[in-house]
Amino acid sequence: MNAVPLEYFLTVAGVLFTIGTIGFLLRRNLLVLLMSIELMLNAVNVTLVAFNRMHPQNHGGQIFAFFIIVVAAAEAAIGLAIVLSFFRVRKTVRSDDADLLRN
Amino acid sequence: MELLEKIFFGLTTLLVLIGGVVTVAAKNPIRGAMGLLASILGIAGMYLLLAAELLAAIQVVVYAGAVVVLFLFVIMLIGPTTQETSDARGAVGRYFGAGAFAIVAIGALWVVMRIGGEKLTMMGPAPAGMGTVEMIGREMFSRQVVPFQISGVLLLIAVIGAMAVARGNQLPLVKVGSPALPPERQARPDSVIVRPSVDIAEGHAPDAPAADTKVKASP
Repeated sequence: MNAVPLEYFLTVAGVLFTIGTIGFLLRRNLLVLLMSIELMLNAVNVTLVAFNRMHPQNHGGQIFAFFIIVVAAAEAAIGLAIVLSFFRVRKTVRSDDADLLRN
Repeated sequence: MELLEKIFFGLTTLLVLIGGVVTVAAKNPIRGAMGLLASILGIAGMYLLLAAELLAAIQVVVYAGAVVVLFLFVIMLIGPTTQETSDARGAVGRYFGAGAFAIVAIGALWVVMRIGGEKLTMMGPAPAGMGTVEMIGREMFSRQVVPFQISGVLLLIAVIGAMAVARGNQLPLVKVGSPALPPERQARPDSVIVRPSVDIAEGHAPDAPAADTKVKASP
Protein backbone atom coordinates (compact mmCIF):
# COMPACT_ATOMS: atom_id res chain seq x y z
CA MET A 1 0.00 0.00 0.00
CA ASN A 2 2.67 2.54 -0.89
CA ALA A 3 2.67 2.97 -4.65
CA VAL A 4 1.22 6.49 -4.75
CA PRO A 5 3.36 9.32 -3.35
CA LEU A 6 2.06 11.82 -0.82
CA GLU A 7 2.28 14.73 -3.25
CA TYR A 8 -0.39 13.25 -5.52
CA PHE A 9 -2.94 13.20 -2.73
CA LEU A 10 -2.02 16.75 -1.73
CA THR A 11 -2.39 17.90 -5.34
CA VAL A 12 -5.84 16.35 -5.68
CA ALA A 13 -6.87 17.93 -2.38
CA GLY A 14 -5.56 21.33 -3.45
CA VAL A 15 -7.32 21.21 -6.80
CA LEU A 16 -10.57 20.11 -5.14
CA PHE A 17 -10.30 22.97 -2.62
CA THR A 18 -9.73 25.41 -5.48
CA ILE A 19 -12.77 24.08 -7.35
CA GLY A 20 -14.86 24.51 -4.21
CA THR A 21 -13.66 28.05 -3.61
CA ILE A 22 -14.25 29.08 -7.22
CA GLY A 23 -17.77 27.69 -7.00
CA PHE A 24 -18.35 29.55 -3.74
CA LEU A 25 -17.20 32.81 -5.33
CA LEU A 26 -18.97 32.44 -8.69
CA ARG A 27 -22.35 30.91 -7.97
CA ARG A 28 -25.40 32.71 -6.58
CA ASN A 29 -27.49 29.72 -5.62
CA LEU A 30 -27.40 29.26 -1.84
CA LEU A 31 -27.66 25.48 -2.18
CA VAL A 32 -24.66 25.36 -4.51
CA LEU A 33 -22.75 27.57 -2.07
CA LEU A 34 -23.36 25.02 0.70
CA MET A 35 -22.27 22.20 -1.59
CA SER A 36 -19.06 24.11 -2.40
CA ILE A 37 -18.35 24.41 1.33
CA GLU A 38 -18.76 20.64 1.64
CA LEU A 39 -16.24 20.17 -1.19
CA MET A 40 -13.71 22.38 0.58
CA LEU A 41 -14.12 20.54 3.89
CA ASN A 42 -13.63 17.23 2.09
CA ALA A 43 -10.44 18.49 0.44
CA VAL A 44 -9.04 19.45 3.86
CA ASN A 45 -9.96 16.01 5.18
CA VAL A 46 -7.99 14.33 2.38
CA THR A 47 -4.95 16.41 3.32
CA LEU A 48 -5.22 15.48 7.00
CA VAL A 49 -5.59 11.76 6.31
CA ALA A 50 -2.70 11.81 3.81
CA PHE A 51 -0.36 13.43 6.33
CA ASN A 52 -1.51 10.97 8.96
CA ARG A 53 -0.54 8.15 6.57
CA MET A 54 2.84 9.83 6.24
CA HIS A 55 3.37 9.86 10.02
CA PRO A 56 1.59 6.71 11.21
CA GLN A 57 2.78 6.77 14.83
CA ASN A 58 -0.63 7.95 16.04
CA HIS A 59 -4.08 8.60 14.61
CA GLY A 60 -4.19 12.37 15.10
CA GLY A 61 -5.04 13.24 11.51
CA GLN A 62 -7.79 10.67 11.19
CA ILE A 63 -9.36 11.73 14.50
CA PHE A 64 -9.20 15.34 13.32
CA ALA A 65 -10.90 14.36 10.04
CA PHE A 66 -13.59 12.57 12.04
CA PHE A 67 -14.37 15.72 14.02
CA ILE A 68 -14.41 17.76 10.81
CA ILE A 69 -17.01 15.35 9.40
CA VAL A 70 -19.11 15.87 12.55
CA VAL A 71 -18.91 19.65 12.24
CA ALA A 72 -19.66 19.49 8.50
CA ALA A 73 -22.79 17.45 9.11
CA ALA A 74 -24.00 19.93 11.74
CA GLU A 75 -23.17 22.81 9.41
CA ALA A 76 -25.11 21.24 6.53
CA ALA A 77 -28.19 20.76 8.71
CA ILE A 78 -28.14 24.33 10.05
CA GLY A 79 -27.27 25.82 6.67
CA LEU A 80 -30.12 24.05 4.90
CA ALA A 81 -32.51 25.12 7.66
CA ILE A 82 -31.41 28.71 7.11
CA VAL A 83 -31.89 28.33 3.34
CA LEU A 84 -35.41 27.00 3.90
CA SER A 85 -36.21 29.83 6.28
CA PHE A 86 -34.82 32.38 3.81
CA PHE A 87 -36.85 30.83 1.00
CA ARG A 88 -39.99 31.16 3.10
CA VAL A 89 -39.41 34.90 3.52
CA ARG A 90 -38.10 35.90 0.07
CA LYS A 91 -39.41 33.09 -2.20
CA THR A 92 -35.97 32.69 -3.76
CA VAL A 93 -32.63 31.00 -2.98
CA ARG A 94 -30.36 33.51 -4.70
CA SER A 95 -27.68 34.90 -2.45
CA ASP A 96 -27.99 38.32 -4.13
CA ASP A 97 -31.48 38.67 -2.72
CA ALA A 98 -30.27 38.41 0.87
CA ASP A 99 -29.82 42.18 1.09
CA LEU A 100 -32.05 43.23 3.98
CA LEU A 101 -29.06 44.62 5.92
CA ARG A 102 -27.50 46.35 2.93
CA ASN A 103 -28.79 49.89 3.10
CA MET B 1 -0.28 -4.94 -7.01
CA GLU B 2 1.36 -1.55 -7.35
CA LEU B 3 -0.15 -1.07 -10.78
CA LEU B 4 -3.57 -1.94 -9.41
CA GLU B 5 -3.11 0.65 -6.69
CA LYS B 6 -2.13 3.32 -9.20
CA ILE B 7 -5.13 2.51 -11.38
CA PHE B 8 -7.41 2.75 -8.32
CA PHE B 9 -5.90 6.10 -7.40
CA GLY B 10 -6.43 7.36 -10.95
CA LEU B 11 -10.07 6.29 -10.93
CA THR B 12 -10.77 7.93 -7.56
CA THR B 13 -9.02 11.10 -8.72
CA LEU B 14 -11.17 11.22 -11.85
CA LEU B 15 -14.32 10.68 -9.76
CA VAL B 16 -13.35 13.38 -7.25
CA LEU B 17 -12.38 16.06 -9.76
CA ILE B 18 -15.19 15.46 -12.28
CA GLY B 19 -17.69 15.32 -9.41
CA GLY B 20 -16.33 18.58 -8.03
CA VAL B 21 -16.58 20.35 -11.38
CA VAL B 22 -20.13 19.07 -11.91
CA THR B 23 -21.10 20.24 -8.41
CA VAL B 24 -19.86 23.74 -9.08
CA ALA B 25 -20.88 24.11 -12.73
CA ALA B 26 -24.30 22.41 -12.94
CA LYS B 27 -27.24 24.73 -13.57
CA ASN B 28 -29.63 22.23 -12.04
CA PRO B 29 -28.88 21.77 -8.30
CA ILE B 30 -30.01 18.14 -8.44
CA ARG B 31 -27.18 17.45 -10.88
CA GLY B 32 -24.92 19.37 -8.54
CA ALA B 33 -25.91 17.09 -5.68
CA MET B 34 -25.17 14.06 -7.85
CA GLY B 35 -21.72 15.52 -8.59
CA LEU B 36 -21.18 16.02 -4.86
CA LEU B 37 -22.13 12.37 -4.34
CA ALA B 38 -19.57 11.22 -6.94
CA SER B 39 -16.89 13.40 -5.38
CA ILE B 40 -17.63 12.06 -1.90
CA LEU B 41 -17.50 8.44 -3.05
CA GLY B 42 -14.17 9.11 -4.73
CA ILE B 43 -12.82 10.59 -1.50
CA ALA B 44 -13.99 7.47 0.36
CA GLY B 45 -11.89 5.43 -2.10
CA MET B 46 -8.91 7.66 -1.35
CA TYR B 47 -9.35 7.03 2.37
CA LEU B 48 -9.12 3.30 1.62
CA LEU B 49 -5.82 3.90 -0.18
CA LEU B 50 -4.58 5.91 2.81
CA ALA B 51 -5.28 3.14 5.34
CA ALA B 52 -8.32 4.87 6.89
CA GLU B 53 -10.99 2.19 6.69
CA LEU B 54 -13.24 3.57 9.41
CA LEU B 55 -13.15 7.04 7.87
CA ALA B 56 -14.08 5.59 4.47
CA ALA B 57 -17.12 3.91 6.01
CA ILE B 58 -18.07 7.06 7.91
CA GLN B 59 -17.67 9.10 4.73
CA VAL B 60 -20.11 6.87 2.85
CA VAL B 61 -22.63 6.70 5.70
CA VAL B 62 -22.59 10.32 6.83
CA TYR B 63 -21.94 12.19 3.59
CA ALA B 64 -23.43 9.99 0.88
CA GLY B 65 -26.18 8.68 3.12
CA ALA B 66 -27.18 11.72 5.13
CA VAL B 67 -25.83 15.02 3.85
CA VAL B 68 -26.49 14.49 0.14
CA VAL B 69 -29.97 13.13 0.88
CA LEU B 70 -30.65 16.20 3.03
CA PHE B 71 -29.56 18.41 0.14
CA LEU B 72 -31.88 16.51 -2.22
CA PHE B 73 -34.79 16.86 0.20
CA VAL B 74 -34.31 20.62 0.44
CA ILE B 75 -33.91 21.00 -3.34
CA MET B 76 -37.15 19.12 -3.88
CA LEU B 77 -38.95 21.08 -1.14
CA ILE B 78 -37.96 24.37 -2.70
CA GLY B 79 -38.80 23.21 -6.20
CA PRO B 80 -38.12 24.82 -9.57
CA THR B 81 -37.07 28.19 -8.11
CA THR B 82 -33.68 26.63 -7.42
CA GLN B 83 -32.91 26.98 -11.13
CA GLU B 84 -30.67 29.96 -11.44
CA THR B 85 -31.67 32.86 -13.66
CA SER B 86 -28.81 34.66 -15.31
CA ASP B 87 -27.91 38.01 -13.82
CA ALA B 88 -24.85 40.03 -14.74
CA ARG B 89 -24.84 42.09 -11.53
CA GLY B 90 -21.31 42.06 -10.13
CA ALA B 91 -20.16 39.43 -12.60
CA VAL B 92 -16.84 41.12 -13.36
CA GLY B 93 -15.84 41.27 -9.70
CA ARG B 94 -16.86 37.68 -9.13
CA TYR B 95 -14.92 36.34 -12.09
CA PHE B 96 -11.91 38.46 -11.23
CA GLY B 97 -11.89 37.21 -7.65
CA ALA B 98 -12.31 33.59 -8.69
CA GLY B 99 -9.56 33.85 -11.31
CA ALA B 100 -7.18 35.55 -8.87
CA PHE B 101 -7.84 32.86 -6.28
CA ALA B 102 -7.28 30.09 -8.84
CA ILE B 103 -3.95 31.57 -9.94
CA VAL B 104 -2.73 32.03 -6.36
CA ALA B 105 -3.87 28.54 -5.34
CA ILE B 106 -2.21 26.80 -8.27
CA GLY B 107 0.95 28.83 -7.65
CA ALA B 108 0.97 27.88 -3.97
CA LEU B 109 0.45 24.25 -4.93
CA TRP B 110 3.41 24.43 -7.30
CA VAL B 111 5.62 25.95 -4.57
CA VAL B 112 4.60 23.24 -2.10
CA MET B 113 5.37 20.53 -4.64
CA ARG B 114 8.79 22.00 -5.36
CA ILE B 115 9.83 22.65 -1.78
CA GLY B 116 11.03 19.10 -1.22
CA GLY B 117 13.05 19.01 -4.42
CA GLU B 118 12.40 16.82 -7.41
CA LYS B 119 12.04 13.65 -5.38
CA LEU B 120 8.52 12.56 -4.54
CA THR B 121 7.74 11.49 -0.97
CA MET B 122 6.95 7.78 -0.92
CA MET B 123 5.09 6.59 2.13
CA GLY B 124 6.37 3.58 4.05
CA PRO B 125 4.22 0.57 4.82
CA ALA B 126 1.33 1.28 7.13
CA PRO B 127 1.54 -0.33 10.58
CA ALA B 128 -0.86 -3.21 11.14
CA GLY B 129 -4.32 -2.13 12.18
CA MET B 130 -3.96 1.54 11.20
CA GLY B 131 -7.32 3.21 10.76
CA THR B 132 -9.39 0.23 11.83
CA VAL B 133 -12.35 0.56 14.16
CA GLU B 134 -10.37 -0.89 17.04
CA MET B 135 -7.42 1.51 16.83
CA ILE B 136 -9.55 4.61 16.23
CA GLY B 137 -11.90 3.53 19.02
CA ARG B 138 -9.06 3.10 21.49
CA GLU B 139 -7.73 6.55 20.66
CA MET B 140 -11.19 8.13 20.64
CA PHE B 141 -12.28 6.81 24.01
CA SER B 142 -8.99 7.29 25.83
CA ARG B 143 -7.17 10.45 24.83
CA GLN B 144 -9.89 12.17 22.81
CA VAL B 145 -12.84 11.48 25.03
CA VAL B 146 -13.56 15.14 25.89
CA PRO B 147 -13.68 16.32 22.23
CA PHE B 148 -15.86 13.30 21.49
CA GLN B 149 -18.37 14.31 24.17
CA ILE B 150 -18.27 17.92 23.00
CA SER B 151 -19.02 16.83 19.43
CA GLY B 152 -22.06 14.99 20.77
CA VAL B 153 -23.28 18.17 22.43
CA LEU B 154 -22.60 20.06 19.19
CA LEU B 155 -24.77 17.61 17.23
CA LEU B 156 -27.57 17.94 19.80
CA ILE B 157 -27.45 21.74 19.52
CA ALA B 158 -27.40 21.46 15.73
CA VAL B 159 -30.51 19.26 15.72
CA ILE B 160 -32.41 21.63 18.02
CA GLY B 161 -31.20 24.68 16.11
CA ALA B 162 -32.13 23.22 12.73
CA MET B 163 -35.65 22.50 13.96
CA ALA B 164 -36.01 25.93 15.51
CA VAL B 165 -34.75 27.74 12.40
CA ALA B 166 -36.59 25.70 9.77
CA ARG B 167 -39.89 25.78 11.66
CA GLY B 168 -40.27 29.53 11.19
CA ASN B 169 -42.33 31.86 13.35
CA GLN B 170 -45.59 30.02 13.43
CA LEU B 171 -48.22 31.30 15.79
CA PRO B 172 -48.88 29.11 18.81
CA LEU B 173 -51.87 26.80 18.84
CA VAL B 174 -54.93 28.02 20.75
CA LYS B 175 -58.24 26.47 21.71
CA VAL B 176 -61.46 27.49 19.99
CA GLY B 177 -63.16 30.01 22.20
CA SER B 178 -60.05 31.82 23.29
CA PRO B 179 -60.05 35.58 22.68
CA ALA B 180 -57.00 35.31 20.40
CA LEU B 181 -59.23 33.98 17.63
CA PRO B 182 -61.09 36.34 15.33
CA PRO B 183 -64.88 35.99 15.60
CA GLU B 184 -65.36 34.27 12.23
CA ARG B 185 -63.10 31.46 13.35
CA GLN B 186 -64.92 30.89 16.63
CA ALA B 187 -67.91 29.05 15.16
CA ARG B 188 -66.18 26.17 13.44
CA PRO B 189 -67.04 22.94 15.19
CA ASP B 190 -64.72 20.80 13.07
CA SER B 191 -61.50 21.98 14.68
CA VAL B 192 -60.79 22.24 18.35
CA ILE B 193 -57.23 23.53 18.27
CA VAL B 194 -56.32 25.93 15.48
CA ARG B 195 -53.74 28.57 14.66
CA PRO B 196 -55.22 32.03 15.28
CA SER B 197 -54.64 33.90 12.04
CA VAL B 198 -52.10 32.24 9.81
CA ASP B 199 -54.34 31.02 7.04
CA ILE B 200 -56.52 34.13 7.13
CA ALA B 201 -53.49 36.41 6.91
CA GLU B 202 -52.10 34.45 3.98
CA GLY B 203 -55.41 34.68 2.20
CA HIS B 204 -56.40 31.06 1.75
CA ALA B 205 -58.97 30.65 4.47
CA PRO B 206 -61.62 28.14 3.39
CA ASP B 207 -64.38 30.75 3.48
CA ALA B 208 -62.37 33.67 2.13
CA PRO B 209 -64.59 35.61 -0.29
CA ALA B 210 -62.36 35.35 -3.36
CA ALA B 211 -65.37 35.54 -5.71
CA ASP B 212 -66.63 38.76 -4.14
CA THR B 213 -63.45 40.68 -4.87
CA LYS B 214 -63.63 39.61 -8.49
CA VAL B 215 -67.20 40.86 -8.79
CA LYS B 216 -66.24 44.16 -7.21
CA ALA B 217 -63.30 44.61 -9.54
CA SER B 218 -65.09 43.87 -12.80
CA PRO B 219 -67.38 46.93 -13.14
